Amino acid sequence: MITTALIVLPFAGALLLWVLPWRTSTAAGGLALLVGLGELALWVGTVVNFDFESSGLQYDAERTWFSDLGVSYKVGLYDFSLWLVGLTALVAVASIGYGLWAGRVRPGAYFGLLLFLTGATVGVFTAQDLLLFYVFFEAMLIPLYVLIGVWGGAGRAGATIKFIVYTMGGSLLMLVAIIAFGLDRGSFDMTELGTSDSTWIFLGFLVAFAVKAPLWPFHGWLPDAYREAPAEVSAILSGVVSKTAAYGLLRIVLPSFPEQVADWRTVVLALASIGLVYGSFLAFRAPDVRGVIAYSSLAQMCLIVIGLFAFNDSGLNGALLQMVNHGLISASLFLLAGTVERRTATGELRLLGGMARGRPVLATLFIVVGVVALAVPGSSAFAGEFLVLNGIFPVGWGWAVVGAAAMVLAAMYVLRLVSAVLHRDAGTMVPDAALDLRPGETSLVGMLVIALLALSLWPAGITDRIFGGQPRQAVTTRFSE
Amino acid sequence: METFVKPDIDWAALSPVLVLLGGAAITMLVPLFLPVGVRRGFSAFIAAAALIAAGVAAAILFAHDDSGRGILADALRRDRLAELAQVILAASGLLAIGISYREPGRREGIGDYYTLLLSAVGGMCFFVSANSLMTLFLGLEWFSISLYIMCAVAVDRLGSLEAGLKYLIVGSFGSAILLFGSALVYGATGEIGFAEIERAAAGGDRFLLVTGLAMLLVGLAFKVSAAPFHMWTPDVYEGAPTPVTAFMSAATKVAGLVLTLRLLTTAFGSEEELWTLSLAAIACISLAWGNLAALVQTDVKRLLAYSSVSHAGFLLIPIAVGTPLGGRALLYYLMSYAAMSVGSFAIVAARERELARPVAVSDLAGMGWERPFHGLAMAIFMFGFIGLPPAGLFLGKFYAFSAAVERGWAWLAIAGVVATVVSIYYYLGVVRAIYVSPGDLRLAPAGGSPPRDPALTTAVAAALAVTVGTFFAAGPLIDLARDSVEFLRFPF
Repeated sequence: MITTALIVLPFAGALLLWVLPWRTSTAAGGLALLVGLGELALWVGTVVNFDFESSGLQYDAERTWFSDLGVSYKVGLYDFSLWLVGLTALVAVASIGYGLWAGRVRPGAYFGLLLFLTGATVGVFTAQDLLLFYVFFEAMLIPLYVLIGVWGGAGRAGATIKFIVYTMGGSLLMLVAIIAFGLDRGSFDMTELGTSDSTWIFLGFLVAFAVKAPLWPFHGWLPDAYREAPAEVSAILSGVVSKTAAYGLLRIVLPSFPEQVADWRTVVLALASIGLVYGSFLAFRAPDVRGVIAYSSLAQMCLIVIGLFAFNDSGLNGALLQMVNHGLISASLFLLAGTVERRTATGELRLLGGMARGRPVLATLFIVVGVVALAVPGSSAFAGEFLVLNGIFPVGWGWAVVGAAAMVLAAMYVLRLVSAVLHRDAGTMVPDAALDLRPGETSLVGMLVIALLALSLWPAGITDRIFGGQPRQAVTTRFSE
Repeated sequence: METFVKPDIDWAALSPVLVLLGGAAITMLVPLFLPVGVRRGFSAFIAAAALIAAGVAAAILFAHDDSGRGILADALRRDRLAELAQVILAASGLLAIGISYREPGRREGIGDYYTLLLSAVGGMCFFVSANSLMTLFLGLEWFSISLYIMCAVAVDRLGSLEAGLKYLIVGSFGSAILLFGSALVYGATGEIGFAEIERAAAGGDRFLLVTGLAMLLVGLAFKVSAAPFHMWTPDVYEGAPTPVTAFMSAATKVAGLVLTLRLLTTAFGSEEELWTLSLAAIACISLAWGNLAALVQTDVKRLLAYSSVSHAGFLLIPIAVGTPLGGRALLYYLMSYAAMSVGSFAIVAARERELARPVAVSDLAGMGWERPFHGLAMAIFMFGFIGLPPAGLFLGKFYAFSAAVERGWAWLAIAGVVATVVSIYYYLGVVRAIYVSPGDLRLAPAGGSPPRDPALTTAVAAALAVTVGTFFAAGPLIDLARDSVEFLRFPF
């Protein structure tokens, strides 16, 4: 029941926003923010009452949708999906708040779409039926298409079509895989999927998630989409939506295709390692703020995939922690990029610079997020990356070397970004009158930063509360109980 | 010499058709005696009443008929397949009335228009229950001739006349092939009843039978505009008055495909390998041709016409697999497809009236904000045609692909997937025009803002409700689809 409420609340808010006439952006955004906060409160209530001792499905609900193929509306929460739902709610609140602060034309439609996207994402993380999972997975595309297409930057037309064709191309193959898998099992219930020995079905799922994550070389849509979307949409897209792919790998691919995962592990790890290094280098060379964040996102998603495909306790723990970390980091970075772009009307690094002077709040938040992003020891990202590397080391020390090298590269691109925006001489596009972060912006980004710092202090808050403490066993057996 | 025995007539089973014919008679004659001012309202009212009555009659029959039986000496079947199709057909006709109501044009002949509409629906209702080659051809010509005239009904427009003529010539060609095929099948088996053909098939001349089957398939493919027999579709869809296009795009597909399913499973069970593969091939050609041609269209009606060709491909997939799951998929797919097809053409009709000229994709610019409801509805139809939730077509495609995979024809599902990916481009082109392109001030409505059109908007709202409703209420609707095809003897 609570799970259903978590899904339905944003959808209901979206419908309300679309139906009512809105005269001001503030009123529509305010309602959306309230709904977002309600979602967050609901999630907090769920965490408080959650039984972390058991790794089984909780708060589940089920209703038959159509019986002849065994498809049902079945939702529920595992301990690890709970954290991803929380990430979604938190990033949604920050993004909606940012949209409210920035002011958007046609606010009813805009905030409604943001809530719709939130609801669909929560749906992906909670669906326990393959077709329902697919429905939510596809439902995320519609709001993203319209949000980027209508409110995006100058190159939005190309960006949206590329984004949709890439992701739907991948996910339609997954649809065939889902059909083949479900018909073979006689049910689409994800809690009793069991395993399959078909390589084709495995590849159908893998490619869909590889496009969505994205994994090298399926990332063609990424730079355009991240650059053209409004800042807060990029924040949700890279912070949360990309995590649905990692979640799909964790929830469907790893448990159901153990043999194929073993067979294809080298391939996936190789692609992820290439993507990790390639993304890091591109981030280092990107000419604009969003480009840096976009390619670093590619690199980080590849790191998460490495953790998942290490397929041992440490790797899985690290991957999940890193999913939450990276969600918070990239959402805050995109929102900060948005604030910089609002002040300077550009994201090009060569036109920026010197913004730290006289703007202490911006500088502080930017540097704090940057330092966490480059995984300085003591940060939550360090904990996550360490666990991933620790997990991948027994699989092959070569992979761990690539991962460790990528951490150095991360330091390079983050520091380049920080210095290009904050330090050096004042850029040509940086007006002296550009203000420091306003209280509204500070509180929104600050909220995400506080969550990051809290996680840095206590990463075990998450790692002790996922997979019932036994990740590999949970992934291989418990889902199918 | 045998004496002629008059068959028992099951009036109840014929009631949907009879009600429609009665309505047609009234709309043809009575308006002559009414003043010009009330003719339109009266004709539309009678037509709507007749369609509702026919739909209700079919629904009542559906509820009563657990098992099908032949009526009129087995010339027709009274079964749930026919009755479900009749409900969909009547609903499409009803939506078409809402779209037609304010269609500008001559007012004197307005009664004739509704007469033709009722006659076309009546013909289709007869056609879907056909159980012999004779009634099949009779029903086909009955509704086709009505449609030929409806396409040409806007006699002041050259395009409309051209569309009518083109449809007449190409359609007659298709009918002639179908008739020739029927003759060959009769020659091979000596029978015209579907079930009798099946029984006599083994003893007959196989060459004649197979040739006849192929020609029957070609004739039916003409009607459902499956490639490569679709050449008339874009021209006729473009030239015909938009409400007529809306109606025939939905209704001919429903009638043609339901009858194809019935004919193939009832009469040609023995040639199952042959027709399943040929239909799969036709489906693939339609998917490829329809989607690729749609990519380069600028006129919305032509774009939707090619989209209808591609959906003929999607709809042939479940028939081609020849399984009960395929039958369910077909009927379920048709429910949401009919609503979306009528709805999308309805919005084109509304825009056309606003601009007083054919609607190009770029003419939709800014519509999402000027006409929020129409824009939203069109966007949902387009997303739905792609196969994105929450449109019923998403589950329709899921079912069609499931049927293919279950049969072991994953390649056919993959072909559908590839076609879907291609189709994203042009469907999103429409959405992009509606929401993303800035509205162009030069596109100010001709003659000021158009009058409100509650009839059309109601039709769009109903189509939208069905589109979304079929998604959420998939369970019960699929049960209906299952009930309507369970008596068919599927070969696989």
